[in-house]
Amino acid sequence: MAALYEGFTLCGLVPTQNASDSAIQGIELDGDSDHALVTDSTRSVTLYKVSDQKPLGSWTVKQGQLLTCPAVCNFQTKEYVVVSDNKVIRVWKDEDFNLDRAFKATVSADVWRVHSAPGGEPVVLFQRGAVRLLDSLLSAPQQPIEDVLSEEEVIRWSTNIVAEKQHFVLFTTEQKGEHFLYVQRLNPNTLQKYRLEREDSRSAPLSFSASLRDKHINLLYLYPNGCVYQSVVAARGYVGPEGVQALPRSLRLRLPVGEGELGAASAVALDEAHVAVVGMPHPSARTGKDFLCIWNTNFQTLQAGKEMAGRIHGQVWCYLGKLFVPHGKALSVIPYECQKSSLASALGKLRHAGIAVSKSSVAVPSWNTLLHGNQPQGPAKIVATRKSKLSRKSQSVQALTVDQVLKLIKTGPVDEVQREVEALVSRGDAQDLQLSVGQLACHLVARSQAETTFYTPGALAQLVRTQCLCHSVCPDLLLLALEHKDYFLCQLCLQLFPDIPEVVTCACLKTFISVPDGDVEMVSLEPDSVSFMEGLVVAGARGGQQNGFSPPLFEEDSCDAHHQPKPTQHQDKKNPTLQLEACPVGLHKAVLLNEVLQTPYSDNLLLPHLKDLNTQQVILFLQYLQFVYLKYSQDVYTQTPGLRSPTVTQVIDWVCLLLDAHFTVLVMAPDAKGLLSNLNSFVKSQVKLFSELGKIEGSLQGLHKMKLSKDISQYSIEVIELF
Amino acid sequence: MGELKVHRVRFFDYMPTAIRAMAFNAHTERLALARMDGSVEIFNFTDHYFQEKVIPGKDSRSIESLCWVGGRLFSAGLNGEIAEYDLENLRPKYSLEAYGGPIWTVISNTQGTQLAIGCEDGTVKLFEVLEEHIQFERNLDRQKGRIISLSWHPSGTHIAAGMMDMIRVFDVPTGHAVQRLLVDRGIGGSKSRETVVWSVAFLSDHTVVSGDSAGKVQVWDGHTGTLVKTHLVTKWDVLALSVSKDESSVVAGTSEGTVIQFQFIAPTLHQQDKEWVRTRTFKNHTHDVRALAEIETAIVSGGMDTHLVVRPLLEKFDEKSHASGLRKIHFPHRNLVSCAKKAGLLLFQFPGQLELWRLGDSDGHGEKHTLSKKREMEEIQSISLTLFKQKGEDHICCSALSSCGGWLAYSTVSSVRIYRLQTDNNISITKVLPNPELAMTTKCIHILRYTSHGSVLVFQLHCIVPVYGSCPSAMGIHPTTNNLTMVHADQQLFEYSIVEKQYTDWSRKLQKQGLHNVWLDRDTPVTHVTFNPKNPNQVVLHDMHMFCIIDQSLPLPDQKTQFYNQMTLRSLSEQERPSHLHAFKICKTFQDLLCVSLLDDQSLVVVERPLLAITSQLPAPVRQKKFAT
Repeated sequence: MAALYEGFTLCGLVPTQNASDSAIQGIELDGDSDHALVTDSTRSVTLYKVSDQKPLGSWTVKQGQLLTCPAVCNFQTKEYVVVSDNKVIRVWKDEDFNLDRAFKATVSADVWRVHSAPGGEPVVLFQRGAVRLLDSLLSAPQQPIEDVLSEEEVIRWSTNIVAEKQHFVLFTTEQKGEHFLYVQRLNPNTLQKYRLEREDSRSAPLSFSASLRDKHINLLYLYPNGCVYQSVVAARGYVGPEGVQALPRSLRLRLPVGEGELGAASAVALDEAHVAVVGMPHPSARTGKDFLCIWNTNFQTLQAGKEMAGRIHGQVWCYLGKLFVPHGKALSVIPYECQKSSLASALGKLRHAGIAVSKSSVAVPSWNTLLHGNQPQGPAKIVATRKSKLSRKSQSVQALTVDQVLKLIKTGPVDEVQREVEALVSRGDAQDLQLSVGQLACHLVARSQAETTFYTPGALAQLVRTQCLCHSVCPDLLLLALEHKDYFLCQLCLQLFPDIPEVVTCACLKTFISVPDGDVEMVSLEPDSVSFMEGLVVAGARGGQQNGFSPPLFEEDSCDAHHQPKPTQHQDKKNPTLQLEACPVGLHKAVLLNEVLQTPYSDNLLLPHLKDLNTQQVILFLQYLQFVYLKYSQDVYTQTPGLRSPTVTQVIDWVCLLLDAHFTVLVMAPDAKGLLSNLNSFVKSQVKLFSELGKIEGSLQGLHKMKLSKDISQYSIEVIELF
Repeated sequence: MGELKVHRVRFFDYMPTAIRAMAFNAHTERLALARMDGSVEIFNFTDHYFQEKVIPGKDSRSIESLCWVGGRLFSAGLNGEIAEYDLENLRPKYSLEAYGGPIWTVISNTQGTQLAIGCEDGTVKLFEVLEEHIQFERNLDRQKGRIISLSWHPSGTHIAAGMMDMIRVFDVPTGHAVQRLLVDRGIGGSKSRETVVWSVAFLSDHTVVSGDSAGKVQVWDGHTGTLVKTHLVTKWDVLALSVSKDESSVVAGTSEGTVIQFQFIAPTLHQQDKEWVRTRTFKNHTHDVRALAEIETAIVSGGMDTHLVVRPLLEKFDEKSHASGLRKIHFPHRNLVSCAKKAGLLLFQFPGQLELWRLGDSDGHGEKHTLSKKREMEEIQSISLTLFKQKGEDHICCSALSSCGGWLAYSTVSSVRIYRLQTDNNISITKVLPNPELAMTTKCIHILRYTSHGSVLVFQLHCIVPVYGSCPSAMGIHPTTNNLTMVHADQQLFEYSIVEKQYTDWSRKLQKQGLHNVWLDRDTPVTHVTFNPKNPNQVVLHDMHMFCIIDQSLPLPDQKTQFYNQMTLRSLSEQERPSHLHAFKICKTFQDLLCVSLLDDQSLVVVERPLLAITSQLPAPVRQKKFAT
């Protein structure tokens, strides 16, 4: 979602003689975030304090001189730089009143632009394509400037980008109707030239906008037919071969242009999903191309629109949440806001760059917060207090609001915190909970981490049970539970969190597998999962009496699994069933391990963490997995529907993962040999089964073909032979 | 025997109609079955499930329910009439308006003195069964909502009535409703829909069993009106219930095509308390099971997919035998196709119309000439459709074509019509007889076939063939020797010389040696007997799955001989063959046969109606979840 707020006029504009030219050359940022440096099209530079709409200073060059490039601020020295009459670079400070008295230097070639960005030195781009750092240029102003561009090539647009100590100057040129993008890297200097794909209409791009995202430079450009394309240039690493490369592009947006083509329009990327476009018609308005619109490129939807009175020159600048649009006789500043609108964010699973987790004061995203986003004391709080007032009125018992409970969590004693949180959770309705559960959990966890004596298992368990919580909302919760050996809470989290990272899953596994059985057996766990495990253990024990049980078959199966010529195994072989039934871990430990088996994971991410387990742990876990697998593969065990239980596939997947992670170690370990050969025989039997199935499939398909061959029409004359 | 040219015909669009109701008479072991088109069929279960009688339907008649009273058969339907059938002359005897709107069900009490019907207007009407008639007696208390199903308590004092959302129990002497059993609606979306109690069964211990549209089979205590047990058996409807004679088992038919058995047994061993336990599920149907009967040793079911299934209960049999096999009856046990041998014409009989087709000319090579021939046939068909559309409401019982193709006859329950056909270039047809006021049965029409050139013989009693215990399923008189060949429902085969008034020598020899077991074990009756005009020794007969040419000049097979020997003969050399030949030459290349006939030019006509084609014309079955769909 994006919104345009009510704008204000920063300054009036003097109309130029030529009506099609804009009165403004450029707007640049000052070192202060609230300052804007506005260069008009003729002779003056004005510094504004944007929030007060007040000019702080103004500088003019003499009559007859002309500013040929927007003034920029050198962020390192707090000086301003401007170029007049193409060749004269002027540098001055805030205190200077007269531009004529400021430092001047005349260079040997025509300057196109001076660019400056926070964190980087200003650079000078010459009209023939050469690039110099301002300092080095000023130290020797008359140094020769080479020609980079060919004769008929002219620069149309340029910008610079500073990224992680890398400094880029980007500029586009036009030559005989073809457009090129140059990417100039500074220190070391490399120049890369790309050819832009030609638009069908052979028209020139109306505007460019470049931004840096994920170490890539995203170039966004708008054509008169309303197409907005995006091209991506890698900012780091490989520098391609010399020569011109084609620049691949992707269509991000096709704007409705109404009748004819766009004349003076401009698009600027606001964030990865939003684009502000000025000078285009509003789809729902009949006439006029003087609108400022924000479009979502992911969903191709118009998010906000605003009519700009007066002529628009296709200029828009975007700084720090504000759009600067010159139109008619005024320069308007319009604050905007873009919120991520994605299903992932709505579901609370957004893991993008950790943004969602780190800055969320209201941790669980809901549409409400998304809409009214970052206003620090949003309407949610107002609603909450009104609600609590209401409830206070209706209930005679004094109940605390979310804020009060949050405050209490910071300081209050354990018992009281526990009581109040529980009261709050049991009282609050779903809407409130969505908002507050994450906050409560984060605060509780933060306090517990700070004070070792403070821990409220009941309250945390209750918060988890609301199912409004997920791991990314409160990433420390599960680790805290592990730390405090609160296995019940761990189980709950494993069951209810959809987004536990593999490293945490692995940590849980490690803790569970290495905890002594005696410690866990005391803990009360989810009764359903415990009863499932009890059923599993008992299933084999009374298997002999079950209906349909056939001992010889069973023998055969187990022989298959235990048939080794090793003397140690012979003892087992005498009584293979006994060996099968013994669960290698205690009941409660098994329950916890089952939870780990059932958590979602992606194997590529899990594998490196699995390597942290030591050999003993791996062997024990494998033994347990083997036990479960054997139980499952016995016919006598029928799964009780409704109970949460790991599937055979999950068990097998984990076996494979463990073997992958530790195969060399296991091969070397003497006590793992029996286990490995057992697993080997499982695999063999599976392979055998599948090959048999394959055979059956083949013959079934043969049958299919046989039947197909007969195609009989409604009437035919045939010949048969009878003897 | 050598090569035979075969006209393989698959364009007879015969479509049986769905089975709506059935009633089993345990005394005579006859099953009466009603179809959607109003026809009634009687199957004799003692005689190899032979369809011994068919009463053709009528456009205006619809049957919802059938009921035996002694040996008399009654039906009731949505036209609001109760009808009794004349099982001798195969026609409705009389019908009676019940004045209660559409009738959903008719039942009789065990004594056979009263009939009860359930009407759309909410009344249960009692009729007294008189010697030759039935007479209205009285109404039970009128209810709001239609009466869908009824069941009479064996003692005759109470009636259970299935209605919308409830079951009522009536006290018959007073006529008052004494119990009101509320039936739950389905869960979810079907909560707003009324539950229809499609079927009830009143057992002698006053247990009421009901099957309803919410997919439940429920067991109620009829004394207290309390629900004892609910079995949710399907997502769709439970349409039919049937109770075994000893009341130890109930079967329920569902819309999914399953038949589910419940048995009154102790759930655990050595325990006295018995309860109704769901035991077995049979799935022999693809569509709604609308009618069910549990007989002594089998479950009989039928429904939308038009075939009758007899599913033997294997625990009632000690050994695997002929009777313990599953039986599906797809086609009527009579002939719907007649063939003019000389002219090469085929006559197809539909309930409301006849179709006349001409076979394609043979080119001698026996290749398939499908396209051109088909077109020629269509021409004739278009004429035939206009001419033979049956105008009255009565459906056609039987039809025949003379072998020269010059005469055509058909009959309904009330009339016989005979037409003169001219088929030289374009077909013209003239009616030659006024409607004679007599009903002729199939056998009469058979005579027509042998009247070669226009003179209709008056059929008179010539002699009586010795009575045999099983019903004849097909017979034919040899055109030259005048021998009558008869095949019975138990697959026995006789040849009787009409001239000598005794069985022929061949027939005696056959009976002495006995028929081969493989022949006797077939489960569909022979429906047509015809002869080779060129070779008097050869008889052609067929059932649904095979046709057989019997060559009386060859030795009969004994039990040790390989019966289906065509494959073996094919692999033998010319010299070895004669020693392996036997009289029964059987061909199973063609399936789902409706007619096989040998034309004068020694080519065979085979009319097939593939079951798949019938299935594909059925409406879509209820949706069922299959695997991951």
